[in-house]
Amino acid sequence: MNYEQLIHETALADERLIVMTAENRALIRNLPGPLGRRFIDTGITEQTMIGAAAGLALRGRVPVVHALATFLTLRAFEFIRTDVGIPHLPVKISSFVPGFLSDGNGPTHQAIEDISLMRGIPGMTVFAAADEQDMLAMLPAIWASPDPAYVRVNTRPATYQHAPFEMGKAEVVSEGKDVTILTYGMLFEQALVAKDLLTQAGHSVGLVNLRSLKPLDTEAVLKVVRGGSLVVTLEDHFQTGGLYSIVAELLLENELTAKVLPLALKEKWYKPGRLSEVLEYEGFTGQHIARRIGEKLGDRAEQFAEKTKVQENIFAE
Amino acid sequence: MTFYKPLMTPEKKQELQELALRVREHIVRLSTDGGCFTGASLSCTDLLVYLYADFLNVHPGNLQDPERDYLFLSKGHDVPALYGVFAELGFMPKERLDNHLKTSDSIYWHPNRSVPGVEFHSGSLGHLPSVALGVALDARLRDQNQKVIVITGDGELNEGTCWEAVLVASAHKVNNLTFVVDRNHFQANIATEELIPLEPLAPKFEAFGAAVRRIDGHDFAALDEAFRALPFADDKPSVIICDTVRGKGLPSIERRADRWFCNFSADEVTELLKELHSQEATTLTSETLTVR
Repeated sequence: MNYEQLIHETALADERLIVMTAENRALIRNLPGPLGRRFIDTGITEQTMIGAAAGLALRGRVPVVHALATFLTLRAFEFIRTDVGIPHLPVKISSFVPGFLSDGNGPTHQAIEDISLMRGIPGMTVFAAADEQDMLAMLPAIWASPDPAYVRVNTRPATYQHAPFEMGKAEVVSEGKDVTILTYGMLFEQALVAKDLLTQAGHSVGLVNLRSLKPLDTEAVLKVVRGGSLVVTLEDHFQTGGLYSIVAELLLENELTAKVLPLALKEKWYKPGRLSEVLEYEGFTGQHIARRIGEKLGDRAEQFAEKTKVQENIFAE
Repeated sequence: MTFYKPLMTPEKKQELQELALRVREHIVRLSTDGGCFTGASLSCTDLLVYLYADFLNVHPGNLQDPERDYLFLSKGHDVPALYGVFAELGFMPKERLDNHLKTSDSIYWHPNRSVPGVEFHSGSLGHLPSVALGVALDARLRDQNQKVIVITGDGELNEGTCWEAVLVASAHKVNNLTFVVDRNHFQANIATEELIPLEPLAPKFEAFGAAVRRIDGHDFAALDEAFRALPFADDKPSVIICDTVRGKGLPSIERRADRWFCNFSADEVTELLKELHSQEATTLTSETLTVR
């Protein structure tokens, strides 16, 4: 099963579903034939596509819209907020190459404020998939919901066997006494590597795949905070407005404090290149993440290198 | 005061053709190890070669001169053609192209101003028509008579902001601004006329208040004749629609909807470099339809 097969099956079973794209057909290339008039390609017109999706939703349809994450969330932002958000229409946004996944495109294509923007719209739900398996687990519930939804699409193969998806629930991979990594989206793969390295270094490491940024699994996050470990917010997003901000807001609301290490893009776009090079340059490979966390936990660099076996970067393009 | 140079001589034409071939070689060499938007780059190669080598008053020595001519490349994914021209004309060392997609440099899939000669970054379509409009308005405020050119794709014309810029330029009678369309008849996945038909295109621009000419964008004499005639009207922006072929110069990818973003193997690059010279199609096996 892949994305295209899932949306195809869902559309056949539910005639409300309309597949739309602003000429981004990467994931839905073979659907024009089978879906006929329920496949609508509006050309390179993100704003018009979102407006039209709102019109379709007004008539009872569930449009699933496709385009690059930046052009959807930035160019069409007002259309999402005003035409989808205000009337709370069930438009489902499939956002292609978000975060680091736009690798060599440059800042014009880097959606690293998308979580911040989308979660700011009242009633909008926001999701990020760790990998293809994780995404396929969450999409049926997202498309079936009456709410507007934003999904960070991720078709990278899974390196972890995910639990079934439950709306509003995070996936707790492990609990840790020393440190807990909270993350979402494609960096989950690197977080798994970092977790292994830190465990080898003698730390008790927790890892949570948030899956849903909004609604947030506040219970899971508060449990981590109350456990007293160092909390790491790991994200391919600006440090402002994303997971770090979400955790900060939650802490304030609950009159709690915690030791939090944000690993995010602070006031900068990332350097474009091949994906593995980007992660290396920006310090987001599993090795770099482990080293940065290790430093915070008091591991000196040479100690850390000694304690963890030197591993090849297992990241593949 | 407009200065008309003589019509293009056969010698000049041959010089430009040879330069265009070298630029196309750069584009083919960039189409591997991560790849690039090969087809869209090849369609506007002759246009960019003509503009930088023969028409625009812009060269490595006057990039800071506020009275230079400006070229804005709004269809930024064809940046390999721009960088190929820059490398050949001395804006940047040719070796810098070896840094394609390396984090040690800034040579990636869209233009940015760390490369001398790039007037503005692009990549998100439909932005530079308005940026160019602003520059043209300022040039007019300062009574400078340089030309401001903005190149868009044809698929790019789906974006409403392109048309807003033409409307506003017409309203303000901005005659020092020229919109050039690389009309290669394809957008990413599909022929333009099969998706969002643009024709009749020239009358659309005319209806928006521009003065329009339509030419063969691979014919240097036609390019020369059109650009030397700018502005086409004293009280209107100009539009030049350049009919081109996506993938021009590589018969094996010309006019192919499935060859948008290309990431060829090293062997294919070797064969394609020969193809540029022989014009005989080679067999390609690399994945098609890679989408970025």
